[in-house]
Amino acid sequence: MSATPMLEVRDLAARVGGQDVLKGISLSVAPGEVHAIMGPNGSGKSTLAYVLAGRPGYEVTAGSASFEGRDLLTLAPEERARAGLFLGFQYPVEIPGVNNAYLLKAALNAARRERGQSELDAFEFLQLVRSKTQLMHIDESFLGRGVNEGFSGGEKKRNEILQMLVLEPKLALLDETDSGLDIDALKVVANGVNSLRNPARSIVLVTHYQRLLDYIVPDFVHVLARGRIVRSGDRTLALELERRGYDWLAGQAAA
Amino acid sequence: MSTPDLDALVSRSYRHGFVTDIDSDTVPPGLDESVVRVISRKKGEPQFLLDWRLRALDHWRGMREPHWAHLRYNPIDYGAISYYSAPKQKTDGPKSLADVDPKLLATYDRLGVPLHERARLAGVAVDAVFDSVSVATTFKAKLAEAGVIFCPFSEAVQRHPALIEQYLGSVVPYTDNFFATLNSAVFTDGSFVYVPPGVRCPMELSTYFRINAANTGQFERTLIIADAGSYVSYLEGCTAPMRDENQLHAAVVELVALEDARIKYSTVQNWYPGDEQGRGGIYNFVTKRGECRGRSSHISWTQVETGSAITWKYPSCILRGEGSIGEFYSVATTNHYQQADTGTKMVHIGANTRSTIVSKGISAGHGQNAYRGLVKILPSATGARNFTQCDSLLMGPHCGAHTFPYVEVRNPSATVEHEASTSRISEDQLFYCLQRGIESEDAVNMIVSGFCRSVFKELPMEFAVEAQNLLAVTLEGAVG
Repeated sequence: MSATPMLEVRDLAARVGGQDVLKGISLSVAPGEVHAIMGPNGSGKSTLAYVLAGRPGYEVTAGSASFEGRDLLTLAPEERARAGLFLGFQYPVEIPGVNNAYLLKAALNAARRERGQSELDAFEFLQLVRSKTQLMHIDESFLGRGVNEGFSGGEKKRNEILQMLVLEPKLALLDETDSGLDIDALKVVANGVNSLRNPARSIVLVTHYQRLLDYIVPDFVHVLARGRIVRSGDRTLALELERRGYDWLAGQAAA
Repeated sequence: MSTPDLDALVSRSYRHGFVTDIDSDTVPPGLDESVVRVISRKKGEPQFLLDWRLRALDHWRGMREPHWAHLRYNPIDYGAISYYSAPKQKTDGPKSLADVDPKLLATYDRLGVPLHERARLAGVAVDAVFDSVSVATTFKAKLAEAGVIFCPFSEAVQRHPALIEQYLGSVVPYTDNFFATLNSAVFTDGSFVYVPPGVRCPMELSTYFRINAANTGQFERTLIIADAGSYVSYLEGCTAPMRDENQLHAAVVELVALEDARIKYSTVQNWYPGDEQGRGGIYNFVTKRGECRGRSSHISWTQVETGSAITWKYPSCILRGEGSIGEFYSVATTNHYQQADTGTKMVHIGANTRSTIVSKGISAGHGQNAYRGLVKILPSATGARNFTQCDSLLMGPHCGAHTFPYVEVRNPSATVEHEASTSRISEDQLFYCLQRGIESEDAVNMIVSGFCRSVFKELPMEFAVEAQNLLAVTLEGAVG
């Protein structure tokens, strides 16, 4: 493990719509690690992802979060993104009339400017994206369509991973990327995520089911219940959860 | 990102708000027969035109300002307006660009009007109207080669009186409506285009309007005639300096497309919209109408309305010729206290006539935006078809969007379709873009441009870019 964690969350509490949803989360993710955050519906998994990405309306009431040693919570959402934090959305929104490739090119060039790299022109960009579309089994015509406009649920998720592959973030938070995918699409998505795994990059998977973890094998598994991490372990924890159900740990949330 | 941040983003200031210091030849405020006679005399007009103006004035006196639109504004004092203002010239008038007042040219430079030879590269011929008088028209020679007449209206009156007498008021009669009738009495200049049979106009024609003098109204008149089998694309751009008082703009545009002819008329309207408290700004009461007179005539209106305090404007098509086509593509934006009541009328008279209406209204701040449209299918219009799509985008809690679609079908074989939607820039969309590292302002522009895409793609390329930029300026800080 390196000295500076990729993500360091301490006693993080957050409120959404007047309700305390996160009640003191601590989590340390080192470069190269893959963490899975599991838990029943309403336990705060997506809230944690949104808070880390800086979504408006998600109010941090206590605790801290740092990204490569920088205070994450003082950064605007777009600054977090350009610093290398990527959120794969559970429900990617449609933006009618906005060209998918155009948005992605703008995003990539924003990140490249931040890294002191030159911007890619349309030709270079297209070359880069093409190789990634093949990996994600996405037809190139997708690039010319409106962002997520008329995409099926599975197409939207694959498009999220495509964006991640192009943007090459340091830290990827993937919020229920597996939901709504059939087994073939799940393999494609997992394949895409695995292709990005390297010692300098960290991935946090938020998921309800252990199924995804058969394909993206995590280093650590955390179980979230009622706004707290009630159990952490290695991947065998996910298997045990699968066998015993969330009720097994639910009682520990109150402790 | 919180709402106040977004509000701060929206408020960019008007970039064309400078006043050019030029001696003007302006008649005193007020309107009576003598003013009309002065205007007509200054223009050296033939008797028929003076008579027409006087009939219009007489008719106007018996009319009342219409108030059916969804607009609220201070009463207009028609007696306080000066109905004629022309830049004073040292000689009889500029013979070429070299004769034009350098200050005027500098003004156009600041507006980015391609008046000089470089415009040739862009393939644009410009007829610039500055406070009612056409200052310079470029590329006349090249157009003349093709037989196209493109000149200031007043010049057309002198050189082509027969065409004027035949077509003036033939689409918008002087009795048409309060503002058009006023225009008929006092219009001072504008543009005239005639494209002969079978000619495809070799370049985009462009007029740039600017209101400069204080307390003047601008009443320009545009007449475009596309003879059988011809084609012309015409672009119109507008700006005005910042002033605290309101200024009236009441223009009339008439288009005549004969058999198999096509006219594409594009407008980017950026009159001064008033300040953030709603002080000042242009009152834009404009009558635009085209008539498809022959078989398979085709008229398209594309407008991007980002300016003016008040916009009252319904570019329309009379589809008389069998199989003729009318189109209306519109983006109307209101921010701060701007109000727009705009739309179109498609009047189907001929058999198998078709019309398409795509309207995109964007409201921000306290802006009010109304789409008002009429699709009228007369008994003779067998097999007529209309498709209307009318979408509204709201930005923030204080703005409004309204839709008044009227449909009158008097032929059972007609097909009329209407789709409408109202939406907001959702926090989801905005956050999605932010999360991809895109600045919030760029994100808003991206989302709004996406919303307008089906209209922008109808604009000639150089205008599409300008329109997109204007939209960005207009909506700066407008998200909530």
